[in-house]
Amino acid sequence: MNLYDQQSANRRRTWLIVLAFVGFLLLLGAGFDAFYVGAAGGYVPVGSILALGVGSVSALASYFGGDRAVLAAAGAVPVEEVAASATEGDALKLRQLENVVDEMAIAAGLPRPRVYVVPDPDPNAFATGRGPERASIAVTRGLLDALDREELQGVVAHEMSHIKNLDVRVLTLVAALVGAVALLSDWARRGMMWGGGSRRRDDDERRGGFAGIVFFVVWLIAIILAPVLAQALAMMVSRQREYLADASGAELTRNPLGLARALEKIEDAVEPTRAINHGSAHLCIADPLGRKLNIGEGSWSGWFASHPPMAARIAALKAMAFQQ
Amino acid sequence: MAGLVLLGIIVLLVVWAIASYNRLVGLRNQVLNGWKQIDVQLKRRHDLIPNLVNAVRGSMDFERDTLTAVMDARAKAMGAAGPADAAAKEGQLSQALGRLLAVAENYPTLKSNDNVKMLQEELSATENKVGFARQFYNDIATRFNTAQQVFPTNLFATTFGFKPSELFEISEPSDRDVPVVDLSKR
Repeated sequence: MNLYDQQSANRRRTWLIVLAFVGFLLLLGAGFDAFYVGAAGGYVPVGSILALGVGSVSALASYFGGDRAVLAAAGAVPVEEVAASATEGDALKLRQLENVVDEMAIAAGLPRPRVYVVPDPDPNAFATGRGPERASIAVTRGLLDALDREELQGVVAHEMSHIKNLDVRVLTLVAALVGAVALLSDWARRGMMWGGGSRRRDDDERRGGFAGIVFFVVWLIAIILAPVLAQALAMMVSRQREYLADASGAELTRNPLGLARALEKIEDAVEPTRAINHGSAHLCIADPLGRKLNIGEGSWSGWFASHPPMAARIAALKAMAFQQ
Repeated sequence: MAGLVLLGIIVLLVVWAIASYNRLVGLRNQVLNGWKQIDVQLKRRHDLIPNLVNAVRGSMDFERDTLTAVMDARAKAMGAAGPADAAAKEGQLSQALGRLLAVAENYPTLKSNDNVKMLQEELSATENKVGFARQFYNDIATRFNTAQQVFPTNLFATTFGFKPSELFEISEPSDRDVPVVDLSKR
């Protein structure tokens, strides 16, 4: 698949995810209407409208504010601000970061994304945004200190590929929807406890039938499992994109070994990146939680790993440079 | 019935022709933009070079040849016209610069000078940017050329005045050689 196929695959994926999300909202709302509102709402499907409305608004809000929220949560500071109060040697390092980002933006033929520094000693980096026109790249202080220019270039190229392939859009969207799903399921569960007494009575009178029970069970399972499934989906999307970003990053720099060496260094620094919380783990170049999940592939724990095993990624990059 | 089929075929052909034409126009603009990008970076490099030369001049007095070579190559590169000419002259400038930076490595006072270090970073970044802009330009120009030359687009591409773009490549065989840096004559 070339880049354009990648982008259209990601556009398709975006629509599929949105469709699945709307489907979930409708299911949630319809179930709520059927079991709780019942005759009180008359012919107006209050639950469905409410679920669609609240779900869409919360999803849209986190989609459009998602990048700012992620950057704020990580305590990311714009590189210009950091550079303004930096020492001589530090200024060189920061200038290098800006230059490397410029280089990769040129290589990818994209506008320059905004650059941030996260004050955290663990080496890590992430990209976020809605697409090439509005994207940000953040690197930790530890990454700047640990990597040389070539390695930094590899990492930035990896992040730039996430932007170019529209991965940032899909991932920001997935994160927004996971949040909305969790919120709504939570409400539905609370609503269930709160309206529990009246439900059983109404239900027996109005529904009663086998179909009604089946629908109720499906609905119940859906709201209980939705947050977990949404999370697993997010992680799956994220894992798939990592190999690709490694490969297309190497295509930008034409130097796969730079990124391979960077990954080795990141791997060696095992301690978790404290500034980056769980919610944005799938955006990072390496799992910020330092979990051991990412070591084996195919095990059950792999379902919730946000990244493929580091050793496999490094081996793939070295194979690109014909080194084993 | 036959008339309808014929009409349908003609409509399809027209739609296809419009789509191909628009695609070619889009690619041509991308190629032009790619070329502008290289130009911007080259200009930036031309602006940076005098700063570097001035910064190192004091410490590298007996490397006059290296310094003059850089300034000469810069002057030539600034007067280049067209991708092929520019590619050749910029290649020579890159070589001269590479030699200067390699020689500067031997001067401890220069290596520890923050100002020089910053200039070196800027220069190698600009050098990289030129390289990446060229890489992007060549990729997009190749795609534009391929789009013109594939059948059946090639049947009308020339009629509408599309011309294959020149690639930005090193044309002289001597430029392909690794620059020789002789550190013994000091």
